[in-house]
Amino acid sequence: MASEMPASVDERIKAESFATRLMKRPELGAIGGVVLVTIFFLITASPAMFTLPGIVNFLTPAAQLGLLGIAAAMLMIGGEFDLSIGSMVAFAGMIFGVLVVNMDLPLALAIPMTMALAAAMGALNGFIVLRTGLPSFIVTLAFLFILRGASLVGLKIFTNGSTQLRGVREAVQGDWLAPLFAGDAFGGVFRWMAEMGWISKLRSGAPSVPGVPIEILWFIGFALLATYILLRTPWGNWIFATGGDKNAAQNSGVPVRRVKIALFMLTACAAALVAIITVIDSGSTDARRGFMKEFEAIITAVIGGCLLTGGYGSAIGAFFGAIIFGMVTIGLTYTTFDQDWFQVFLGGMLLLAVVFNNAIRKRVTGER
Amino acid sequence: MSDPIIHMDSIKKHFGNVIALNGVTFDVRPGECHCLLGDNGAGKSTFIKTMSGVHKPTEGSINFEGKPLSFNSPRDAMEAGIATVFQDLAMIPLMSVTRNFFMGREPTKGRGPFKRFDLEAANQITMDEMRKMGINLRAPDQAVGTLSGGERQTVAIARAVYFGAKVLILDEPTSALGVRQTSNVLATIARVRSQGVGVVFISHNVRHALAVGDRFTVLNRGQTLGTAKKGEIDASELQDLMAGGQELAKLEGSLGGTV
Repeated sequence: MASEMPASVDERIKAESFATRLMKRPELGAIGGVVLVTIFFLITASPAMFTLPGIVNFLTPAAQLGLLGIAAAMLMIGGEFDLSIGSMVAFAGMIFGVLVVNMDLPLALAIPMTMALAAAMGALNGFIVLRTGLPSFIVTLAFLFILRGASLVGLKIFTNGSTQLRGVREAVQGDWLAPLFAGDAFGGVFRWMAEMGWISKLRSGAPSVPGVPIEILWFIGFALLATYILLRTPWGNWIFATGGDKNAAQNSGVPVRRVKIALFMLTACAAALVAIITVIDSGSTDARRGFMKEFEAIITAVIGGCLLTGGYGSAIGAFFGAIIFGMVTIGLTYTTFDQDWFQVFLGGMLLLAVVFNNAIRKRVTGER
Repeated sequence: MSDPIIHMDSIKKHFGNVIALNGVTFDVRPGECHCLLGDNGAGKSTFIKTMSGVHKPTEGSINFEGKPLSFNSPRDAMEAGIATVFQDLAMIPLMSVTRNFFMGREPTKGRGPFKRFDLEAANQITMDEMRKMGINLRAPDQAVGTLSGGERQTVAIARAVYFGAKVLILDEPTSALGVRQTSNVLATIARVRSQGVGVVFISHNVRHALAVGDRFTVLNRGQTLGTAKKGEIDASELQDLMAGGQELAKLEGSLGGTV
């Protein structure tokens, strides 16, 4: 009985082609989408869209959304939703604005404090979800309203009745931390490239694009970090396991509760980061900031290959999902189409992505 | 014969006024397969949950490697070397075989912030362990969802053995499998035994039990009706014991002895 049974190769299993293996990557749909959308705009849009200023133009909103989308994707892989991230952008923006303008705190204090408060709200979301066993959809829907309302009321209190808080840019001027969260990076390189005649110049001789907007660097950095965590660390394995089957994960020794709470904290912090970047950039904050961003972030994650049921998805997919989003939003202004087609386009993309992902999932799991 | 790894004596378990177990005595020796047979409701599940640390016995003693022991949680039992493969297998279909194999116990390399999941090593170990069990994986990143039921069972068993199980409790491992898959799983059990692991095989299928078992204990209405060695008992006697001797003799005739 103890003799080794020769492990036979099952003759009914066909060898997988490279194409099939590629098909099984969760981010494939999003990359295909980027290609399709690019082709679409190459045909319909004015060539200005694919010049350097044009690309920076659509990558900037893509980056802001992408920071939220990647966090939302990680949370979705972990099996939960957060509908409160849009409101969290407004709430964190309000807190940040008050800390910087009303309390005159330096960024080195204001940023960690904003992040800590956001993380605490995220942890509260997670705690309620775990404690009550209610779907996160409902719990965070409640926070969508709570945080939006709190931002409105808070702003009115701190500005004596206005829903907008100004003066952020003046308050952070000269702060040593500001260049990390605002403005453009690699300005010197861009000036040099303009002098060499490699990139377009304004009439003054300055480059038409002053540098890489800082949020694009955050976006790329976050996408790489999230991908590394998901695919190459024990935490990544725990996130997939938690979203795939909570009980199986728990029985195998995965700290399911810690994973979920951490993911809720992460999405809230991503929202706070977007708030800080956009508030410094525009110099003011208002209660409508981040409006509808929770849905856009989830759409980004779904286009990026996340399954609504959890346990499957990719951060790189969400990265490309956000780029698609940016291209469509901004790209339509380069075409002769009515810009309001945007939402139609978006809904169509979402539907296509979900149908596509569903088919992919069946292939991966070999469901018949 | 060697000493038992685990010896459970006169285990009683009451849930309120329900007596689930009323004096169960059971032991497992290294390298043997001890079958626990019983019909639905006989107390099999309660007993294995007691053995794997989910429940604490109301009365009775547990000796593990000769020392009295009491498990406070499944984790304690797992650390002591009692691994349970439940029917749901604790597998995630969308994840790869490797990721399932090491779920919750990932090998790492590197230090501090660069500490990462050592996928290369994990893949290698998974392929090797599965080969030892007679399964050639197409690739270690193959999703568990693409495996057959028997193969999944084998992954779960291989995982338990790799992580140092001394006692392996298999809860109805063959109940949902086809003929060929069943024979694969039974062969896997034989292989695990040869490594010195004590196997507790829970089933209500007498034929599967007889195919791998060294000893057979029948549970009926929360009590053990005695333990028999291989060769001392045949299928119909076991069947009768499981049913508490009721009426089954009559049924047996009409079913042609294939229950």
